[in-house]
Amino acid sequence: MRRIDTVPRQRWNWRKLRTRSLQYLVLSLVAVAVLIPIVVLAFGALKTRGEFLTRPYVLPVPPRWENILGILGQPKYGFWTMMRNSLLVMVATTAGVLVLSSLAAFVFARMEFRSKWLIFNFFTLGLMLPISVAILPVYLVLRQTSLTDKLLGVTFVQAAFLLPGTILILRGFFASIPAELQDAAYIDGCAVFDFFWRILLPLARPALAAMTALTMIASWNDLLVPLVVLNNEELWTLPLGTMQFQGQYSQDLALISAFVLLSAVPMILFYLVAERQIVAGLTEGAVRG
Amino acid sequence: MDTVPLRPAPVLLAGAKSVPRRVQGNLTIALFLLPSVALFAFLVIFPILQSIYYSFFDWKGFGPAVDFVGLNNFITILSDKVFLVAVKNGLLIITFSLLLQLPLALVLAVLLGRDLPGRVVFRTVFFLPYVISEVITAMMWLFLYNPDPDRGLINAILVLLPGGRAHPWLGDLNSALPAVFVALTWKYFGYYVLLFVTGLVQIPTDIEEAARIDGADSLQSFRYVTVPLLGSTIRTCVYLSVLGSLQQFIVVWIMTKGGPVNVTETMATYMYRFGLVYFKLGYGSAVAIYMFLICLAFSIVYQRLTRRPDYLGGL
Repeated sequence: MRRIDTVPRQRWNWRKLRTRSLQYLVLSLVAVAVLIPIVVLAFGALKTRGEFLTRPYVLPVPPRWENILGILGQPKYGFWTMMRNSLLVMVATTAGVLVLSSLAAFVFARMEFRSKWLIFNFFTLGLMLPISVAILPVYLVLRQTSLTDKLLGVTFVQAAFLLPGTILILRGFFASIPAELQDAAYIDGCAVFDFFWRILLPLARPALAAMTALTMIASWNDLLVPLVVLNNEELWTLPLGTMQFQGQYSQDLALISAFVLLSAVPMILFYLVAERQIVAGLTEGAVRG
Repeated sequence: MDTVPLRPAPVLLAGAKSVPRRVQGNLTIALFLLPSVALFAFLVIFPILQSIYYSFFDWKGFGPAVDFVGLNNFITILSDKVFLVAVKNGLLIITFSLLLQLPLALVLAVLLGRDLPGRVVFRTVFFLPYVISEVITAMMWLFLYNPDPDRGLINAILVLLPGGRAHPWLGDLNSALPAVFVALTWKYFGYYVLLFVTGLVQIPTDIEEAARIDGADSLQSFRYVTVPLLGSTIRTCVYLSVLGSLQQFIVVWIMTKGGPVNVTETMATYMYRFGLVYFKLGYGSAVAIYMFLICLAFSIVYQRLTRRPDYLGGL
């Protein structure tokens, strides 16, 4: 837990105290409203099926770990397989997006050539085209190739749709690195690739970290692409499996709660660890433009 | 005797010994851009172009598309009441977002302020739903809305109130869309709070102080100083909010599948139903083209009207 800086000492008067209390009241109410769905989910997950039916909202005392341990321990639920698939897709998508978009962003930020803006605008077209609008056209193309029912297919589609935004933001960062640095490096005999690899990328590390975090979230949480690309149950990712799980065990709400909770945990932990990068990436993305 | 040239020929210094910088540069450009251009062209641009072609056919996906129907698909879509409901719902979600979600986020951002002790904790909590996937969001809200008061928390609270009765939130024609909208707000408002907080921090404190010295109360200062200075943030939020509303799919699909009786249908669920459930691929393609044109038209018009905002947020 981060230590909260105290405000510099100042004269507290009643008006200020009243405003502050009101601020805290409203903010706390909203915070509680945000947390309720998650808490209810956790309560349900820590109960047996019978307890869930008779006393759904009371505190899970004593907590029942059977459902959670069952999902983690029994292969028939496929939790770890889905986890592995999600991880594979996430790692591949993130690596692909980061490598491809930093190469392209470097060219857009640092080099001059004819048709540069034409190609750049070609990418910005993608920003106006969210994946849920294009999913059917993309599915038709995948059908003609051998990319359906492969994790690689999921990665390719995710990466293609994440590229434009990442290129745009990284381009902004790369452009803000002083031109003198580049001139100096070239005068010292540095090749273009060496400048990119040894000087620019290390300097842009915070930006790369932010974009890595955002790409990981986008890929991990994505349901739409796996939904249309993957049929084989062995390849399901966690969101897809969670959705199917609901249909399969719809009678046992406690078990579903446990599964949903378990599939939410990795992202919540990741958020608490990488909050700084995520926040930086999102605000940077929206402020630039 | 060797003399050191005062001004060495640039070619010699160009790193790779004998390759002129110009050639090296062009090679770099080509190699660096090629992978992203290829991937993007193949999986984003080409699918759209191909769908334009298919949208002129009545095609079920078996064998080649041969049943050319001209503009029939496009005309049929416009005369389908369900599609019009989907468009209307899109407009409703946009209106709700702009009139409820964004003002709520702005107020919370102002309340968080610059120096409130504990603001980081609140910000962390508010933003938490944004990183929780749409699947999980939809399922959590399905639990909460469960019509059986023994299972759904919202109805359980309702029946405790005097005169309160359980209500099938997602099954009722009038409450289904607002109920879905509440879930969407839960997931997305934190993102806008974050953007507004970032915008607020950039407003110099002395301007607000000057307004206070000139006798503005906090409401006036908010109305005449804070909001105008947040202009570009607000424009960005409006853009992201509209584009986000137009593409809603997962949360709606899991919570209601567009039902009951299509009252929560969005354009994306309509396209998914016809394209990937009924497998009317030509018809579905035509819906995709309509959606694409709507997004494109909005983006272009909005950017003409305002300063170029950012596009990010399609997470």
